Amino acid sequence: MTAAVSTAPTRKAASGTFLKLFARNRLAAAGGMILIAVVLIALLAPVLPLQDPYAQDLAQKFQRPFSPGHLLGTDHLGRDILSRLIWGTRLSLVVGVVASFGAAFFGSVIGIAAGYFGGRVDNWLMRAIDMLMAFPYILLALAIVAALGPGLVNALIAVSVVNIPFFARNIRGVTVSLAHKEFVDAARLTGQTDLGIMVSEILPNVLPVIVIAMSTTVGWMILETAGLSFLGLGSQPPVADLGSMLGEGRNALITDPHASIVPGLMIFVIVMSVNLVGDGIRDALDPRLRSGALTRPMARTVVDREAVPPAPEVPALLDVQDLRTEFRVGKRTLHALSGVTLQVRAGECVGLIGESGSGKSVTALSVMGLVASPPGVIAGGTVRYAGQEILGAPFARLRDLRGDRISYIFQDPLATLHPLYTIGDQIVEAICAHHPVPKAEARKRALDLLESVRMPNAASRIDNYPHQMSGGMRQRVGIAMALVNDPDLIIADEPTTALDVTVQAQILSLLDDLRRERNVAILFITHDFGVVAQLCDRIAVMYAGRIVETGPTGAILSDPAHPYTRRLIACVPELGGGRRELHAIPGLPPAVDDLPPGCAFAPRCDKAQPACRGGEIALDGFGETRAVRCLFPENADAEARA
Amino acid sequence: MTATLRIEGLDKRFGGGRSLFGFGREKPAVHAVQDASLEVSRGQTLGIVGESGCGKSTLARMIVGLLPPSAGVIEIEGTNYADQAGKDPAAFGRVIQYVFQDPISSLNPRKTIRKILEAPLKLLHGMPADRRATRIDEILDAVNLRREFLDRYPHEFSGGQAQRIGIARALAAAPRILVLDEPVSALDVSVQAQVLNLLARLKDEFDLTYLFISHDLAVVEAVADRVAVMYFGRIVELAAAQDIFARPRHHYTALLARSAPTVGRPLGAPEGADAELPDPLNPPPGCAFARRCPAATEICRNLQPPLEDDGGGHFAACHNPAR
Repeated sequence: MTAAVSTAPTRKAASGTFLKLFARNRLAAAGGMILIAVVLIALLAPVLPLQDPYAQDLAQKFQRPFSPGHLLGTDHLGRDILSRLIWGTRLSLVVGVVASFGAAFFGSVIGIAAGYFGGRVDNWLMRAIDMLMAFPYILLALAIVAALGPGLVNALIAVSVVNIPFFARNIRGVTVSLAHKEFVDAARLTGQTDLGIMVSEILPNVLPVIVIAMSTTVGWMILETAGLSFLGLGSQPPVADLGSMLGEGRNALITDPHASIVPGLMIFVIVMSVNLVGDGIRDALDPRLRSGALTRPMARTVVDREAVPPAPEVPALLDVQDLRTEFRVGKRTLHALSGVTLQVRAGECVGLIGESGSGKSVTALSVMGLVASPPGVIAGGTVRYAGQEILGAPFARLRDLRGDRISYIFQDPLATLHPLYTIGDQIVEAICAHHPVPKAEARKRALDLLESVRMPNAASRIDNYPHQMSGGMRQRVGIAMALVNDPDLIIADEPTTALDVTVQAQILSLLDDLRRERNVAILFITHDFGVVAQLCDRIAVMYAGRIVETGPTGAILSDPAHPYTRRLIACVPELGGGRRELHAIPGLPPAVDDLPPGCAFAPRCDKAQPACRGGEIALDGFGETRAVRCLFPENADAEARA
Repeated sequence: MTATLRIEGLDKRFGGGRSLFGFGREKPAVHAVQDASLEVSRGQTLGIVGESGCGKSTLARMIVGLLPPSAGVIEIEGTNYADQAGKDPAAFGRVIQYVFQDPISSLNPRKTIRKILEAPLKLLHGMPADRRATRIDEILDAVNLRREFLDRYPHEFSGGQAQRIGIARALAAAPRILVLDEPVSALDVSVQAQVLNLLARLKDEFDLTYLFISHDLAVVEAVADRVAVMYFGRIVELAAAQDIFARPRHHYTALLARSAPTVGRPLGAPEGADAELPDPLNPPPGCAFARRCPAATEICRNLQPPLEDDGGGHFAACHNPAR
């Protein structure tokens, strides 16, 4: 069923079209072919050279299969089973499909209305649905047929009604999440009525869910209809459908089993193939499956490099050399990092600054092999911690380093803290993962840490769950967890971006104090020059997967050498500037699967020359501590170097 | 000159009422916006600043009619719309439009840009098809988007482009006022300035009045004529933009201005660690900021300070103003 998912997970996302996805699922494709054959035969029933399905011939009753004139034999009234089977299949298919359309239609109407209006409407509709669901479905179907009288149409209605709750609940869930989307508010302001919004804004977005739900229930509905017919409540004699054929054959099950086995097999084939197709449709349409959410990333990023660059002459605490991280998605390769070289010395705070998509977070994750694989691959370069190569090291060594010598602080502490454990337990776990200490001692240490990150009421807060805390407090917990094993380096990926300014100021000053008290180095990733200026000793500016400029913070901010750095600094509005026109950089950053040759910033740069658009441009050092990747730098010292 | 937008005593409570059809216990209520009053005259930009949870988005949603206020007046060009809020958004749509924070999720992923832009023309102004086409061309030119974008879907655009489409949709309704709810905070800095400058140009071109909501003080200062600072559901200070951060009267505004990370200023001394918002289900009796305030006295903890003019049009709600 999930053959496609397990065999070729990485390629799923790229090869867009639905049919391709569907066909890759071999079971679904096989089911699809059987189903098409069955449907074709059923459709062609009137033109096929079949005998009259109602013609009785008692002298010929219970003929075996393959007897002359009756390929599949005859039933208890001597009617041709092949003919009855094909006509019966036709009827069963029609009833099943119509019933599922009916259930889908009414279920969706109820689901969308309940989800969209919410409140009291939702309450009444869903309680009614709950009441329907409280009855065992077959009992409910029997009751409906008993009330309406036996007959195929009534059986169809019963099967439809019984399945409405399934659709209503599914669709309501999706609608609730859509009804609060901003585009629905926008539609209200453009003058759309509630009905208009439900039809034109919500319905197109829930349609895939409806199709998925239908494809997985059609088989079930065919089976239910057959069940009612089997009990004599569906199609009435002499009309044949698969269920009634089975029911009639049952009486002679011992003496003449073929009369019941043949329709039984047909039901099996139809339901099986419909379900296989349904699963295939679901897998191909469901965006979560398509994006590869079911593939579990490996414990470390795949490394696929040709050579390891030699160690630098002067090793630092962290040496990143010519790091190339790629995302291989189908035939496309996204070059997230195309050669990043970076050093962090003990006790130093280095700011890595760039816009979204510049590769700053991928750099942070690559250091400890945390980029999800698939699709991430480290295609070149090396990371050395205290002179020791990390990327090629055994996994056990890497795991010892993670969270112990090198730890992370992430942007959103709500997403990184486990919602079901208290923060105390989570900090204790982080300690015990690396050091075999008794629980009580670990807990005492956790409390000390919470106090050192200035958590108010640490002693009572330690038993809180993450949702009981504000964003600022959660980030304090995140910092405490990063500090548990006295690391040498903390990699902080936008740790204050999700916080309010007053809270951000508190967290920044906390980080600054901690790094001085404990002499821990920080690699601080951000998009905010103001934050960098206040916290970092050195800056590296990234653009399109490369570092374009590095140097001491003060020097870069007062005298940027790369045109991108200069213009990016000019873009940042500063408080106290009054009302003014802001500087903008025209154009957009390049897509990382289609990087221009030469300088990636050239298309947006006002100083670009033809030379900028071809050939590799090196990150050249100038002055004591600075370097810039530009042929025509802004800075006089840098220019003199060339 | 009458104000283009005037709100008075606008109030919003969430929750409350009784469970079990009015017979059960009284449910807890959160007072999201309390007694908000302001005026924006034609062609002005009013900035609204505050941290998450201060009620600025709730205020904005009431002003555009997406949320019915619990009490108060919303007057747009002399007409009170408060009764229609939450019931008839279309009535609001013709005079006031909203630009959302997240440009991508404010566009229906299954509609082409043409359909998105046509909706306000067709539904609010009943424009025939041929005039719609020319009007859409005009609007696209105004926001610097190319014609061939019209038949594409929202996911094909970058954040900056999607935000311009959102602005184009708002302009298509030919409103008098635009409410811009954090219109650039989801964008990169280099793109942020493109959108802000575009907004400044459109304001003159279409004779618009802006309500600009943001948490970024520097951005607000760069675009606004006057600024309102909100804290815990109330407007605590309201003054001219060049004045309010340079010479704040309310201690919260001063804290905000001090906290904004700025190049060339060292990290400030941190605030006391217990700098949390009060519990909204159990608000304190006096000034909500008193617990964090360096100048708080006994009266602050017991009596809500009124929003008062210092004589020069600089309003602040503080018993012991900073100046």
